[in-house]
Amino acid sequence: MSVPDRNIGGELLKVDNISLSFGAVRAIIDVSFDIREREIRAIIGPNGAGKTSMLNVINGVYHPQEGSITFNGQERAQMKPHEAAEQGIARTFQNVALFRGMTTLDNIMTGRNLKMKSNFLSQALYWGPSRREEMENREFVENIIDFLEIQAIRKTPVGRLPYGLQKRVELGRALAAEPHLLLLDEPMAGMNLEEKEDMCRFILDVNEEFGTTIALIEHDMGVVMDLSDRVVVLDYGRKIADGTPDEVRADQAVIDAYLGVSH
Amino acid sequence: MSDVQQSIARHDTFPKLLIRNAQTRGDRTAYREKIFGIWQAFDWSQVLDNVRALSCGLAALGVKRGDKVAVIGDNRPQLYWVFPAVQALGAIPVPLYQDSVADEMKYVLEHAEVRFAVVENQEQTDKVMSIMEGLPALEGIVYEDERGLRNYSEEFLHSYDAVQEKGRAYDSANAGFFENEIAQGKGEDVSVILYTSGTTGNPKGVVISFDNLRESGELSVGFENLTEKEEVLSYLPMAWIGDHLFSYAQAYTAGYAVNCPESSDTVLTDLRELGPTYYFAPPAVFENMLTNMQIRMEDAGWIKRNLFNTFIDVAKDVGVNILERKPVSIFGRMKYWLGKLFIYGPLLNTLGFSRIRIAYTAGAPMGPDVFRFYRSLGLNLKQLYGQTESCAYVCIQADSDVRPDTVGPPAPGCEVKIDDVSGEVLYRSPGSFVSYYKNEEATAETKTAEGWIHTGDAGIFTDDGHLKIIDRAKDVGKLNNNTLFAPQYLENKLKFFPFIKEVVAHGNARDHVAAFINIDLEAVGNWAERNGLSYTSYTDLANREEVYGLIQSNIESVNQDLAMDSELSGSQIRRFLILHKELDADDGELTRTRKVRRRIIADRYGELIEALYSDKDHIDVEAKVTFEDGRTGVIKADLKIRDCKTFEPMRQAG
Repeated sequence: MSVPDRNIGGELLKVDNISLSFGAVRAIIDVSFDIREREIRAIIGPNGAGKTSMLNVINGVYHPQEGSITFNGQERAQMKPHEAAEQGIARTFQNVALFRGMTTLDNIMTGRNLKMKSNFLSQALYWGPSRREEMENREFVENIIDFLEIQAIRKTPVGRLPYGLQKRVELGRALAAEPHLLLLDEPMAGMNLEEKEDMCRFILDVNEEFGTTIALIEHDMGVVMDLSDRVVVLDYGRKIADGTPDEVRADQAVIDAYLGVSH
Repeated sequence: MSDVQQSIARHDTFPKLLIRNAQTRGDRTAYREKIFGIWQAFDWSQVLDNVRALSCGLAALGVKRGDKVAVIGDNRPQLYWVFPAVQALGAIPVPLYQDSVADEMKYVLEHAEVRFAVVENQEQTDKVMSIMEGLPALEGIVYEDERGLRNYSEEFLHSYDAVQEKGRAYDSANAGFFENEIAQGKGEDVSVILYTSGTTGNPKGVVISFDNLRESGELSVGFENLTEKEEVLSYLPMAWIGDHLFSYAQAYTAGYAVNCPESSDTVLTDLRELGPTYYFAPPAVFENMLTNMQIRMEDAGWIKRNLFNTFIDVAKDVGVNILERKPVSIFGRMKYWLGKLFIYGPLLNTLGFSRIRIAYTAGAPMGPDVFRFYRSLGLNLKQLYGQTESCAYVCIQADSDVRPDTVGPPAPGCEVKIDDVSGEVLYRSPGSFVSYYKNEEATAETKTAEGWIHTGDAGIFTDDGHLKIIDRAKDVGKLNNNTLFAPQYLENKLKFFPFIKEVVAHGNARDHVAAFINIDLEAVGNWAERNGLSYTSYTDLANREEVYGLIQSNIESVNQDLAMDSELSGSQIRRFLILHKELDADDGELTRTRKVRRRIIADRYGELIEALYSDKDHIDVEAKVTFEDGRTGVIKADLKIRDCKTFEPMRQAG
């Protein structure tokens, strides 16, 4: 099989000397790394290493006490989540966070929210430009449904779906925002082998077809090593390694962190 | 008229029929496919344009007369177009089962000497590429869906669009090429090679001519009055003769529309949206729908449930007679009309059946209750008997005379006879295949010099000329009094009862028929609960007097049924016992597809079989079982043996 032309570009996101604490608890201590255009970047580490906090810092849910974040050439110290979304950062959650009573289609439609410009009244009347806008957005969503192969559940309330499919719908909603940077928080947690394989394929396809940059947190080492271009390893809030999967795998500090060494 | 036009006007190949359809009904819909949630239609003239571009593109790639081109993928219009495009060039399409693994594909691709493969997507491309090394004849792969394939750089890979693009250029550079190539085709040429799924040994390539398919198509179109207004949903594998006939041969002869579902998971939704007029499904599909319906009715409120039950009872009484235009009292008709208004109509609509004129089922026996249920609702469900070698049709039921236990009289143009010695069904028909590809030995075994084809199935004709398929010919035996003994037929009849899970019938070279029964633990357990019967295990439940009584009544009603059949009345079941353990694939007693392994069972339970043919009314047994974790243990039991009532043979009423 041919090796895909990865075509990885320049720096898209850079975090510099980030530190985050909650009271006396220091969740992230002086961490720096970068994410390049069109790459798949994994953040790994044992439980409580600060992975999800890192993701929350990137999309503006937490505000770090120290350090700065540069996204798309713009440096910022603080940002609100909706600002992050407007700039093209979308994410999925470790615990599925969908509108359970709404259908798959509607859930993914909510991801288009920021793309809808017409006002509330004309949307309610489904008239004029808002009608055209609705149709354009629906077409985009249908493309995602086709892409993720979830046609069969288009009209099913997501609360009735099995977990693996809910995760896929969540990915669909994140994609609906046409993100520049996609943050995936444990996209494969709790899945069986087949669901994991499917999800891996979708992640690779998203990256390849749309050129989306992806940062993901994952526990399954096999998945991380196969999927990602570069890996950053956190342990107790500190960065202990950063490099290609092969480099990281051979790193003594990483081996110690995973096997457990007294601190 | 030029020679080319004259040849095309003969309409004896599918590309010629395509030209005819584009001329006579160019703006009627030929194909529909659901993409992005919306049904997209292609009319006949668009189809001709697309086929023309594809065909010329394939010619530009180097496809020549006599080459084989594989077609692999789910039912998509673009893949259906490969057939006429390839046939126009005088090359031969070879559809493959899309879910076969790479090794299975390799055998067919190698055996058929396939030069090009047109595949649906990345999955199929990867599969074919993984076996390409061993296939020197295979030169190129054309893929339809580009997703995931954009970065593949191999030179032998071509996208469908690019091939069509190339074809359009080739077509304008070589005016008249396409028509000339089509005009060279003749009715007796090979149209397609279909590989049989091959449950025994390697698959065999069944070579079928245009005449075979076209004539079968025309005969059946005439018999069923199919018109260009039909709608079919194509969801069964394209490599299967049934789909090739319904979605290609008949569609081209009658000119009706073929609809492709959005994906294999959405078939039921698509069915409902589309409301086809002509439909085919294996029995299991109908059975599942019925079960789902029953489960959902159990959950419905009592008004709805009672309404449903009342009118379903009405339908049972008069529905079938109304469908077959037999006399029914005015009062019965009125009740049925009300039922149609409140229940049957909405029900059929929910299932997507409200426009169906003809529905077929075939491939396996269908429970008579299920069969009657659908017919009583007014669905014209019929059974069909045929095989790849016959272009699907051998026997077919007429609208006015449909029975659950026969496959009907011979189809128009088919002759059917039963071999006197073996009881095997033989037929001769316009659809009879040409030969097995590169396998003269098998061809000679199957096809006699006079054109009779051995089906391998044993059957009998009922007194009024309906064929009844009873078993595989090699399993059929004789009782000592020379009555036919068809174990599978008896077993299937018994297994239609919900309490009976598995049956093994004995009788070859014996005085009478006797049977081992496995009860269905769930169904019988449920029944026991409702009747206040407590039990500890399968073995305990199976040995209960009450359970024996229950099973005995089932067997006796089968016996009563058999007594109506002059040929089979001698094979009524005289004695039975309920096995102390469930037959299990882990113990080697069943195959993985849950078929009974007669020889192994005869070895292992020889003692029990002897007891069935003795005077004993019980027998002690010890059996070795393998538990799920791999340990083995021994079950001891004292099995009862029961006699069953048998009935005097009688002629079927009417």
